[in-house]
Amino acid sequence: MCAARPESSVGIRGWGVYIPRFRISMVEIAREWGWSDYQWKALGMVERSVAGPDEDSTTMGVEASINALKRANINPSDIGAVFFGSESKPYAVKPSATIIAEVLGITPLTMASDLEFACRAASEGLRASIGLIASGMVKYALVVGSDTSQANPGDVLEFTASSGAATLILGGSSGSAAYFEGSFSYITDTPDFWRREGSPYPRHGEGFTGEPAYFKHIVEAVRGLMDSLGLKPSDFNYAVFHQPNGRFPLKVGEMLGFKAEQIKLGLVTPIIGNTYNGSALIGLARVLDYAKPGERILVAPFGSGAGSDAYSLIVTDSIDESRERAPTVDYYIKNKVMITYSQYSKFRRLLRVIRE
Amino acid sequence: MLSKSPPVVWRSRIYRYRLIGCKCKNCGRVHYPPASACPYCSSRDLEEVELPRVGKVLSYSIVYAVDSDARERSPVILGLIDLGVTRIIAEITDANPEDIKIGSQLEAVFRRIGEDGETGVIIYGLKFRPVI
Ligand SMILES: [Zn+2]
Repeated sequence: MCAARPESSVGIRGWGVYIPRFRISMVEIAREWGWSDYQWKALGMVERSVAGPDEDSTTMGVEASINALKRANINPSDIGAVFFGSESKPYAVKPSATIIAEVLGITPLTMASDLEFACRAASEGLRASIGLIASGMVKYALVVGSDTSQANPGDVLEFTASSGAATLILGGSSGSAAYFEGSFSYITDTPDFWRREGSPYPRHGEGFTGEPAYFKHIVEAVRGLMDSLGLKPSDFNYAVFHQPNGRFPLKVGEMLGFKAEQIKLGLVTPIIGNTYNGSALIGLARVLDYAKPGERILVAPFGSGAGSDAYSLIVTDSIDESRERAPTVDYYIKNKVMITYSQYSKFRRLLRVIRE
Repeated sequence: MLSKSPPVVWRSRIYRYRLIGCKCKNCGRVHYPPASACPYCSSRDLEEVELPRVGKVLSYSIVYAVDSDARERSPVILGLIDLGVTRIIAEITDANPEDIKIGSQLEAVFRRIGEDGETGVIIYGLKFRPVI
């Protein structure tokens, strides 16, 4: 095929997710704001997760990271880089990466930083980690994607913006559950979705979020990856795309020549919502929960602003031994408590409370 | 009362984040949170130990008159939890009062435990939840 790329010396040592147990249904949101059924049915959604009142992107990132560490079964102090990708940081200034590193016992001899690129910040952390590990600068890197994504009350975004986290621990390919075959990034300056400094809710360019942003960037990144590796859609057992709703991943897959059966396992947004930085990575984690040695996985996160990365992964024989050490994505999907719109408003602090 | 002063929050972070207690080298008993002397025999010859993350409910209280920080999660359940080597008092989360019984199995979980208003430090630490 092709000469060994730097990526092939790096693999996923551990993966872990966290999805809060609260769910709100599309029916409940539509009832509250007077949406018609066709408006949310077009999104391919059923319900979505909501973080509890004592949770934020940092606490969810800790839970996902504890699960990933159980699977990786390594000494935390051997981790030399911690990247936290989020667009819903509890502090505007003060890293969450340091808190996570301290809880896990990774501090003080490590790099640590928070990254921002809408939903693909954590993916940038993955590419940076691949470079750090392939070059020998660090032994292991921990990458967290975690969001309690916000939506202006009554905005269509409220149907999908949910809460969840995924962590990947990368290390040398030997002993990893899956190793990277290659990676490819495609980035432009595209104002499809943003949140200004100090603004509580993001805004989006309505129809503009689709064609020139989501579809264009993912298609270019995935085609670039496949061309560079000499692969075609049928060479992959699974394809996981960023999933802002239930419909876009199937459409972008079809544009690229993937079949719905390749996409289905990693498509979790219809039942948990769009977890932003967790979105494609929770989808990947679910695939890793089931994948067999030798299978090939395509992963393509996307972030507004805009950019996409595509990765090809090959599952190794080591995957089965790490799988049982932490709860699966399906465990968290099934562990749910339905809540009302007023509980959601209270938990996510949409109600203005004066604290004395 | 939870201190919201940044130096106090900083000094206590390790035992709040990782469930680190102290074992007395004189009488062998374990206490949490760490103190400078053993609460049982006053010895200062102590070593840090990591406590088990799973325990069971010895007793609990349901607090309906909560601090304004905690209004969103009222009522708050406070548990006396038996970790085997020692007992600890902590908030119980991810549960309704009717879910908790004496003897219920709980595990440690990292959550927000308080904050200094809307602009001050956020205090993180361990709570307990039903075992997953
Ligand atoms: Zn003593």
